[in-house]
Amino acid sequence: MSRSSAGARTDPAAAAAELADAAVAGDRRALARLLTAVENRTPLAEAALRRLYPRAGRAHLVGITGPPGSGKSTLVAALIARVREAGRSVAVIAVDPSSPITGGALLGDRVRMQAYAGDGDVFIRSMASRGHAGGLASTSGAAAAVLDAAGFDLILLETVGTGQSEVEVAAAADTTVVLEAPEMGDEVQAIKAGLLEVADLVVVNKGDRPGAQRTASQLRAMLVAMPRVGASGSDDRPRPKSPDILITTASTGEGVPELLAALDAHRAVGRESRSGSARLARAGVAGAVAQVWAILADRLRESLHDDDRRALSRETLAAVADHRLDPYAAADRLLESLTRAHG
Amino acid sequence: MTDRPIKVLIAKPGLDGHDRGAKVLARGLRDEGFEVVYTGLRQTPEMVATAALQEDVDVVGLSILSGAHMTLLPKICRLLREQGLDDVLVTAGGIIPDDDIPALKEAGVAEVFGPGTTIAEVADYLRGHARARDRV
Repeated sequence: MSRSSAGARTDPAAAAAELADAAVAGDRRALARLLTAVENRTPLAEAALRRLYPRAGRAHLVGITGPPGSGKSTLVAALIARVREAGRSVAVIAVDPSSPITGGALLGDRVRMQAYAGDGDVFIRSMASRGHAGGLASTSGAAAAVLDAAGFDLILLETVGTGQSEVEVAAAADTTVVLEAPEMGDEVQAIKAGLLEVADLVVVNKGDRPGAQRTASQLRAMLVAMPRVGASGSDDRPRPKSPDILITTASTGEGVPELLAALDAHRAVGRESRSGSARLARAGVAGAVAQVWAILADRLRESLHDDDRRALSRETLAAVADHRLDPYAAADRLLESLTRAHG
Repeated sequence: MTDRPIKVLIAKPGLDGHDRGAKVLARGLRDEGFEVVYTGLRQTPEMVATAALQEDVDVVGLSILSGAHMTLLPKICRLLREQGLDDVLVTAGGIIPDDDIPALKEAGVAEVFGPGTTIAEVADYLRGHARARDRV
């Protein structure tokens, strides 16, 4: 089946259509190869994504983020088990960091998810972040769109281990889950801006450890939305979310059914009020904007490295590195080179 | 596109619990610029084949010390072929007697790396033999 659809070099558009249609029809090998093309940002991937994009938008995209070792992969494995009991299909994109030095990566999230080898309704894909810094790979959103178009009901997007400010997943996902482990910080940590602010659900995992209850109640006390005295109902200013706080023990499955119910409930609310609520609509727009900007940035980078401009780009960047040119002047010079060629 | 990292699955099929070698290799290949998917201990042939398919890896590296290689490795090669993954390079390492190597190669294992092989040797071999990566 694979060899027959391997005519990539003859006609990219036809090959893209063939691979995309096979992936949608349930061919897991085609799906896997398409995801590789997406990761490598090949012309075939772009053609396939254009074909698949209208089919996406049906899956529930759930972002799972939190510090390294908080139990993201174990929780994802526990969620897979519950979701399969409910008869729904599930795909996972698990991102781990690439080495900034060698470009290599050790993708180890799959270790905890290997029990589903015989199950065609579970699809797990590891991705290296490849230099992207927001907690995901730059192509994670596109990969999720492919899995969405391929018909998975639930897509779990597991980020790299995050710190305080890798909030990108919130724009990519419908529902964002932030994991905390017990005793990771005091109440001041909970009221800092950043990761906890983008949570739709906060999960204190490792609930069997001492301190889990206390951590959860501290988070509850600190993350409850502040009432805005005198605010009018039509106020459209961005407001902090008021996430529910749950406790799970992913290794035993304790609390996972409740988490799944909370995910479903959040999704239902989001759907109901998508037209009415400015805030939710804005979240959707933010995701779209981020995708388009990422593509624009890619196109810009490619244009600046084409044959006409490569030398100028290199010379300009070297001048900035040597402090002969300031970065603003450099940006202006490169932008100018683009408009000159096209004008 | 050929400069994108080679993607390698490192798995330990079978029941022995000694994964230090596999982990050292996984980490070493990371340092050589490979993207390494590590699946850990006690993998069934089905788990290895499914992971190779879903991850679309270029190489499957199997570490085996239990002595069950003559059963497990040919089965993995067969499952990979059945799923259309016949262009994936399969290599093995661990404790594998020289006498068994011809039969393993016959079954589809491209190379067997014994004790004392350096990470650099493995990395060079994989760079030289992994499938072309501009196929899609």
